[in-house]
Amino acid sequence: MEHIELFFKSIFIDNMVFATFLGMCSYLAVSKKVSTAVGLGAAVIFVLAITVPLNWLLDQYILQPGALSWLGEEYAAYDLSFLSFIMFIATIATMVQLVEIVVEKFSPSLYNSLGIFLPLIAVNCAILGGSLFMQSREIPTLGLSAVYGVGSGIGWFLAILAIAAIREKIRYSSVPPALRGLGITFIITGLMAIGFMSFGGMLTGGDEDAKSDEKTAATEVIKEDVKSDTEVKTNLDVAENLNK
Amino acid sequence: MAKDSKLILDPLADNNPITIQVLGICSALAITAELEASIVMSISVLFVLGVGNVVISLMRNIIPSKIRIIVQLIVVATLVIIVDLILKAFAYELSKTLSVFVGLIITNCIIMGRFEAFALGNGPWRSFLDGIGNALGYGIILVIVGFFRELLGSGTLLGFPVLGDPIEKTGLYSFGYENNGFMLLSPMALIVVGIIIWVQRTRNKDLIED
Repeated sequence: MEHIELFFKSIFIDNMVFATFLGMCSYLAVSKKVSTAVGLGAAVIFVLAITVPLNWLLDQYILQPGALSWLGEEYAAYDLSFLSFIMFIATIATMVQLVEIVVEKFSPSLYNSLGIFLPLIAVNCAILGGSLFMQSREIPTLGLSAVYGVGSGIGWFLAILAIAAIREKIRYSSVPPALRGLGITFIITGLMAIGFMSFGGMLTGGDEDAKSDEKTAATEVIKEDVKSDTEVKTNLDVAENLNK
Repeated sequence: MAKDSKLILDPLADNNPITIQVLGICSALAITAELEASIVMSISVLFVLGVGNVVISLMRNIIPSKIRIIVQLIVVATLVIIVDLILKAFAYELSKTLSVFVGLIITNCIIMGRFEAFALGNGPWRSFLDGIGNALGYGIILVIVGFFRELLGSGTLLGFPVLGDPIEKTGLYSFGYENNGFMLLSPMALIVVGIIIWVQRTRNKDLIED
């Protein structure tokens, strides 16, 4: 049950593109044709599904404070968490290189159509973002982290597929000249993001009471140390994001 | 000399990294609900891009081209760790607001894009200027978006209530003005950037895409 919940949550509610704006660069650059969008989306799912669990293991057994205690008592005091950026990105770069070799070998046509964007998956924020969110949300088990990786990948895939389909159709509409291309894509993405916000209520069925309790607790803590009401409002938003 | 100043001035408008080159969108959108966060993010990117461009440009002749992406990532990651630790030490609340987006400077496409397109082929001084110029171009958009989102969304700028007090009904609020809480939600960032692009391309017809 926990796995299914996280799966749908990472696809719809915490959608990489619409909720956190990760991987926007390749999302905008590769979404001109549906076929290339599908290829890149599949590559992102694959890379996320591998790197998130791998980085979970790294985080759990090497990077977290006290994670090295399996080496012996004297290592328990080490805290290597400041190294997490560099370790995560190294894992990702290696995995992307591997995927590139595999794709080049088994599907040269896909390799040609993805062109420059395959190596750039390494610098796709969605991939590193997946690992960093996995770390900051403290996902408890290896299985859940794999589910999170696959789910976010599918969410990204859906987003790029949808925008590519819309952009293929929009060529036949008369968009104001200055908005053509990038401008209208931004605005459509914004509208789609508003649509995706409606999924926010999907998983609250049944435990609304518990959730609202948490929220009031969070607000009370915040209210203590801020002065004006407007500040509370912005902080509330932050608190809500954290609660998600 | 004129060429050098072009390196800084071009990215501010007609070759802006966000609205024209389409680089570094992710962070530009996610953290712009408050002006303060936008400014801190711009300064962090300014530091990372300026220093990173110089380092890569100094090493450009000794990096084997096959592993250049990994080398670039390591250089950026090191610089970002420095920024992250400084933020955690001196501005802890803010670093919590920025959360993972400080780490995501590593994969900010502006940085890799400028390394690939400029620093690998130019000397340190010109690369430094290019880095500063592009980071400023990025910062300008962030500050514009942050300004409008914070002003219209919560009626404050940098935390100061510039439009009056919404509870006491002073200032603009005494005429029945209400904050538009929708501006604080993430989709509005996309729409604000879309409008900036619209305005920019209406003013400069050369930039219009077919």
